[in-house]
Amino acid sequence: MSTSPANTNASTTLVLIPAYNEGASIRHVVEEVRRTCPLMPVLVVNDCSKDATASEARAAGAEVISLPCHLGLGGCVQTGYKYAYDAGYKSVVRIDGDGQHDPRDIARLLEMLETRGVEMVIGVRAAGSNGGFRTSLLRRIGISFFKLLLRPILGRSVSDPTSGFVAMNRRALEVFSLTFPLEYPEIEALVVLQRKAFRFEEVESVMRPRMAGRSSITPVKSVYFVLHVLLGVFVNILRYDGAHARGQGR
Amino acid sequence: MDRLLLVLTIASVVLIAAVLRSLRRERIRVEHSVSWLAAAVALLALSLSPGLVNSAAGWLGLAEPAVALITAILVVFMFVFYRYSRVVSELKDMNITLTQRVAILEHQVEKRDGKDS
Repeated sequence: MSTSPANTNASTTLVLIPAYNEGASIRHVVEEVRRTCPLMPVLVVNDCSKDATASEARAAGAEVISLPCHLGLGGCVQTGYKYAYDAGYKSVVRIDGDGQHDPRDIARLLEMLETRGVEMVIGVRAAGSNGGFRTSLLRRIGISFFKLLLRPILGRSVSDPTSGFVAMNRRALEVFSLTFPLEYPEIEALVVLQRKAFRFEEVESVMRPRMAGRSSITPVKSVYFVLHVLLGVFVNILRYDGAHARGQGR
Repeated sequence: MDRLLLVLTIASVVLIAAVLRSLRRERIRVEHSVSWLAAAVALLALSLSPGLVNSAAGWLGLAEPAVALITAILVVFMFVFYRYSRVVSELKDMNITLTQRVAILEHQVEKRDGKDS
C-alpha cells in the first residue's frame, strides 16, 4: 500500500465534492478520486440538482447528501463541512464536481497541510502551462482585482483567491462549519481565516477544462459577483478583531 | 394639501384595518404587525395634524408642506422595510441551517439503514 499522504490520511480525511447539475461529469470525477485515493471516503453534497447528479455519484461509490432546497455554493459546501466536523474528520479536501481539478494533486495539498502546519492549503493554477486550459477574460480581470484588494488585507499575496480546490485541517473546519459565506465563498473565506489569524499556503496544481456544462458566471453576474464579494470582504473587515490584525502568524 | 392629508388619513385607516384583520385571521404574527401598526398610527396622527406638518416644513426649510409630509412617509416606511429586511435575513439563515440539518440527518438515517452506497 502506498504511504503517500493521500493514503496515510485516508481514514481521517474526507473528500468533499459540492455539486449542482453535474450529472454529466460527477461519476467520472468520483471514480477518478476513488482510484487516486482509494481509502478516502468521498462525499458529494447535491445542491438540489435537477439532473441525475445524486444517482450518478452513488453509482460511482460516493456518499451523497442531498439538500432538499437549492442553497447555492456556500450553503452546499458548508453542509459538507458541518457533516465532516460532526463526524470527526481531521481534514477535508474540497474539489469541484466538474472535473477541473486533478485528484492526483490531493496528496500534495495534504502533504503541505501536514508539513507546514497551516490551517488551509489552496490548489492554484500553475504559472505557465495549464494543460491548454485558459480562464475567461472576465475571470482573469476579477482575479487580478481581488488579488490587489486582498494583498493588504491578508498581508501576503495570493495567486488565485477564487480557487475551489482546498484542503483544510480540523481547526479551519470548525470555523467554516460555524460561519461560511453563502455566495461566491472562496474570497470571503480567506478573510474569515485571516480574522482567526489562521495561515494558508498555496500549491500549484493542474486545472483542466470542465468536462461538461458551462460556467454559470455571465457578464451581469460578474458585476454582481464583484459587488457582492467587495461588500462581503468589507463586512468581514468591520468584524475584524484587532487582536488578529497582526498578520498571518500566531 | 388638504386632499393629500385626506388621502393619507384614509390610507392609514385602511392599513390599520388590514393589519387588524390579518391579526384576527392569524395571517400575520403579532410581533410582525407591530411595525405596520406603529407606522400606520404615526401617519394617521400626522394626517390629522396639519399644524405639525407645517411646523415640520418650516423646520426643514421647505416652502411646500406636502413635501415634508411625503418625506415623513418615506422615512417611516424606510424603517419598516429595513426592519423586514432584517427579519427576512434571519429567516433565511434559519432556513439554511434547517435545510442543512435535515439533509445531514436524512443521510445519516439512510446510512444507518444501509440504503446509501
